[in-house]
Amino acid sequence: MDLLNALVTFLNFVFIPASAYGAQLALGALGVTLIYGILRFSNFAHGDTMAFGTAMVILLTWGLQALGITLGPLPTALLALPPAIALTAALALLTDRWVYRHYRRIKAAPIVVVMASVGVMFVMNGLTRIVIGVGEINFADGARFVVTVPQFREMTGLTEGLSLRTTQAITLVIAALSVWALFVFLNRTRAGKAMRAYADNEDLALLSGIDPDRVVRLTWIIAIALAVMAGTLYGLDKTFKAFNYFQILLPIFAAAIVGGLGNPVGAIAGGFLIAFSEVALTYPWKKVAEYLGFEPSGLLQMLGTEYKLAISFVILIVVLLVRPTGLFRGKAY
Amino acid sequence: MNRFLIATAVLALTAGGALAEEIKLGISLGFTGPLESMAPPMANAAELAMKEVTDSGKLLDGSTVTAVRADNTCADAAASVAAVERLVTSERVNGIVGGMCSGETIASLERVGVPNGMVMIAPSATSPALSTIEDKGFFFRTSPSDARQGEVMADIITDRGLKSVAVSYTNNDYGKGLADSFVSAFEAKGGSITMNAAHDDGKADYSAEVAALAAAGGEALVVAGYVDQGGSGIVRGALDSGAFDTFVFTDGMVTQALVDKFGTELEHSFGQNPSAEGEGRDAFIALAREAGFEGSDAFAAESYDAAALIMLAMQAAGSSDPRVYKDKVMDVANAPGEMINPGELARGLELLAAGQDIDYVGASAVELVGGGESAGTYREVDYKGGVLNVVATR
Repeated sequence: MDLLNALVTFLNFVFIPASAYGAQLALGALGVTLIYGILRFSNFAHGDTMAFGTAMVILLTWGLQALGITLGPLPTALLALPPAIALTAALALLTDRWVYRHYRRIKAAPIVVVMASVGVMFVMNGLTRIVIGVGEINFADGARFVVTVPQFREMTGLTEGLSLRTTQAITLVIAALSVWALFVFLNRTRAGKAMRAYADNEDLALLSGIDPDRVVRLTWIIAIALAVMAGTLYGLDKTFKAFNYFQILLPIFAAAIVGGLGNPVGAIAGGFLIAFSEVALTYPWKKVAEYLGFEPSGLLQMLGTEYKLAISFVILIVVLLVRPTGLFRGKAY
Repeated sequence: MNRFLIATAVLALTAGGALAEEIKLGISLGFTGPLESMAPPMANAAELAMKEVTDSGKLLDGSTVTAVRADNTCADAAASVAAVERLVTSERVNGIVGGMCSGETIASLERVGVPNGMVMIAPSATSPALSTIEDKGFFFRTSPSDARQGEVMADIITDRGLKSVAVSYTNNDYGKGLADSFVSAFEAKGGSITMNAAHDDGKADYSAEVAALAAAGGEALVVAGYVDQGGSGIVRGALDSGAFDTFVFTDGMVTQALVDKFGTELEHSFGQNPSAEGEGRDAFIALAREAGFEGSDAFAAESYDAAALIMLAMQAAGSSDPRVYKDKVMDVANAPGEMINPGELARGLELLAAGQDIDYVGASAVELVGGGESAGTYREVDYKGGVLNVVATR
C-alpha cells in the first residue's frame, strides 16, 4: 500500500506534469531541429510563431463556439487546429519569400540568416499582440479532468491522490501521433526522403533532380504544423499569454541542442530530458521516501526551484563540452 | 504678431494678481507588466481627485490640475526611471502619484525623484525597504509597509486555527520582503513554515514549484505574488494536482481578476489587502461609481488619497513647488484639524486658504506615521460562494 502511495505521489507531481511539459517542448524542438537540419539556420522566430499560430487557434475557437460547435468533452481548439495551421503556414511561406529566400540565393552565412530570424521574431511578436493583445486568455473548454484527486482517492482508497487533466492526456496523445506521422513521412514517402537527402547533401540532392523550392515549402509547412500544435497544447495546458511563448524559446532550444540539432529523435529525447530534469532535480523526495520506509530528516530536495532554469543550462553546457554534436549526433554548420 | 503677443502677455500679467497656474501631476503606474490589471482603476482614482480639485477652482487661486500618465512597467526598474525622468524633465510635473511596485519605486525615487526634488507619493509600493530609504522628505506612501501586512496575515492565519503553512513568493523586493516579515511574525506566534520558496514570474511552467511545495506540505499555501503573473500559475498548479485547497493571498493577489480566474475553487481560501472601512471609503466608492469605475479595486482608494494629499499640501504651502510643499504633506494628512473625506476636497482647500488646519481622512483613512507611510488598516477577505467577501477589518 505504501509502495503504491509512493508511486502515486511520484506520478502526480513528477511524472505526469513533466511528461506533458516534455511533450510540448519536444514538439517545439522538432520544428526547430527540422528548420536547422534542412534550411540550415536556428530559427529564433519559432517561439513567436507558436504564439501567432495559437492566437489563430483561439480566434477560430471563439468563432466555432459562437456558432455553437464544440467537441463535447474535448477542447474545441482541436477542431480549430487544422485551419489555424494552414493560416500560419501561409504566413510562414510569405515570410520565407520576403526574407529568407533572399539570403538563400546569395548564400549568406548562417549567422546572417539567424539575425534575420531575430528580426522576423520581433515582427511576429508585435503582430501577435496586435491580433490578440497582451492579456492572459484561457481558451480550454470541455471536461477539465480525466481523473481528479478526490475521485482517484475514492476509486483506489489510497491516501495520495492523482489527477490527470484532459489537456495533459491530449498533449501526450497528439504528441505521440504527430511524432509517429513525422517519422513515417520522413522515412517512407518520396517527399520525406527528398527532404532528408537535401539535408544530408544539398548539391548531391540538386544533382539528382530534387526540387529545392518544394523541399523548402514542405519543411516550413511541417515545422509550422508542429509549432502550432505545440503552442496550442501548451496554451490549453496552462493559459495563453503572448509573452510566455518568448520565454519558452529557451528550453526549446536547449532541448534541440542537447538532443543534437538537426536530429528529430534527439529533439524528442532532449525535450523530455529537459522537462524531467527540471522537475525531478527540484522535487523534494521526502514524501516518496517516507512511503518507502525511510525517515529523512530534510526535504531531500537537490536544488531550490529557483535553479530550475539553471538546470537546462548546466545540461546544455555539459553536453556541449563532452559531446558537442548532442546526444544523438546532430550536425553543425 | 509680435506686438499682439506682448500685449497679451502684459494683459495676462496685470489681470491675475496671484496667477492661476496650470499644474501638472504625473501618474507613474505599471500600465503594462505584471500588475497591468490593477493600474487602470488606480489611475482613474487619482484623476478623479484632480478633476474634483480643478472643478472646485479653489486650489491656489483657481489653478487647474491635469494628469500625465506614464507607464513604469512595474517590473523593469530602467523603464520606470525613464518614465519618471520624462515626467520630471520634459512634462515638468509638480508632483507624482507613484510608483506602483517596490523595486521600480526605489529605483525611480533614488535616481530621479530625490535628485530633482520631486515629491512622489506611492499608492501601492509596500516593501519595508522604503521605510528607511534616504528620501530627503520627498517620498510618502498611502499604503502601509509589508512588515505590517506580514503581522496581520500571521494574525489572520493563527485566528483561523492553522498551524503550518508553505509560502511561495514572487522573486523580487515586494515578494521577498513580505514573505520574510510574515515568516518571522508567524514563527513568533508558534506557527511553523514548511517551506519558504520563490517563484519567478513569466515562466513557462510551474510544475516544479508546485511539486516542491506539495512535498513540503502544510495546511495552507501562502501566495505572495501577482495575480497577472506567477501567483496565478502556482495556484492553478496546486489546485489541479490537489496539492493545496486552502490559499492565503496577499495584496498583489486580492483582486477581482483572481475571482474571475478561479471562482468557486477558492471556497476555503482567504487573504488580506490594505483598505479601510468607514464613511470615507463609502463616499469614495460612490464617487468612483459615478465616474464609471470600481472604487473597491485594490489600491484605487490609496491612489485617490495620494493625489489629494499632493494638492492639499500645495494649498497649505501656498505653492506648487515640490521643494516647498513637501513639508506640508504630513500636516494635512494628520490631526489636528477638521476631518476631510473624499468629495470634500473643496472644503479642505477653503479651510487651508483661510489658514486653518485639516486632517485628511480620505478614502483609505490616511494616517501617516514614521517616515511618511500609512499606519495600515487591512481588510480580511474570503471567497465563499465564488465571490470576494470582506469579512473583517484589522
